[in-house]
Amino acid sequence: MKSLAELKAIRDRAQAEINMRKENPNAARVLVGMATCGIAAGARPVLNAFVEEIAKRGLKDVTVTQTGCIGICQYEPVVEIEIPGEDKVTYVKMTPEKAVKVVNDHLVNHNVVSEYTIGTATR
Amino acid sequence: MRELSLNVMDVAQNSVRAEADLVRITVEESDKEDRLTIVIADNGCGMTEDQVRQVIDPFFTTRTTRKVGLGVPLFKLSAEQTGGSFDIQSKVGEGTTTTASYVKSHVDMTPLGDINSTVKILIQCNPQIDFIFTHSADKGSFTLDTRELREVLGDVSLDNPDVLEWIGQYLEENTQNIYGGAEN
Repeated sequence: MKSLAELKAIRDRAQAEINMRKENPNAARVLVGMATCGIAAGARPVLNAFVEEIAKRGLKDVTVTQTGCIGICQYEPVVEIEIPGEDKVTYVKMTPEKAVKVVNDHLVNHNVVSEYTIGTATR
Repeated sequence: MRELSLNVMDVAQNSVRAEADLVRITVEESDKEDRLTIVIADNGCGMTEDQVRQVIDPFFTTRTTRKVGLGVPLFKLSAEQTGGSFDIQSKVGEGTTTTASYVKSHVDMTPLGDINSTVKILIQCNPQIDFIFTHSADKGSFTLDTRELREVLGDVSLDNPDVLEWIGQYLEENTQNIYGGAEN
């Protein structure tokens, strides 16, 4: 059974790292559209795939969070990637499989996966 | 929505946008009584009586990026199509309580789905907000209260990956208990 004692151990481990990670200005952001349209189109498994793949690769300077509807509901699930110093990229019609590729190519290697971007989808 | 848990994720975000700092999500289900009730209660900015009437209308939204607001109407529909009921109580400055009741055995009942995933994502994406999640079924009930976790965690945030993993496992284990595991 999960106990609060176990949570204390997690805290102690995390506190050791916490000072290094505080408010890193170079942190990348993954924003998953999670309004009604995004959720209905399957945003939840996409968000989970991002979180799992980022954890698996041990990427420290990436935050995954939800955002609202940005008005392109027909392209949901929509994911925006913001890396400081680089252009913001909007990926559309995402799936968990595509999310894994975006983590590996874009977040790790800084190569935009252009076939999934909104620019390609609307062409 | 394919799962009620997705409706919960959607509607709970209205609480986030209403600047609540405490959101209670309660799921009570009983096969014996053939019912399931979902309550989402927040201490956010609340709504006027007029606004409460309007949010049930799919063609009302406070947003400017689009012209429809389907979150609450879809949630309401999911309950009423099972012969259940739907209710919103709200007071400006005090908060909003949304209650959806379902007849579980109805042919149009949407499955509850992965409610634990919903709770985990809500905590992960809103680590500054407290959530109290209570789930009860025929064989018992359990509660996850992020205020208690926060006390233990001190300055470690709730969206720390190890903390989230602990939360996920805690929810999973307790859910198995209240459903009675394989004996069911």
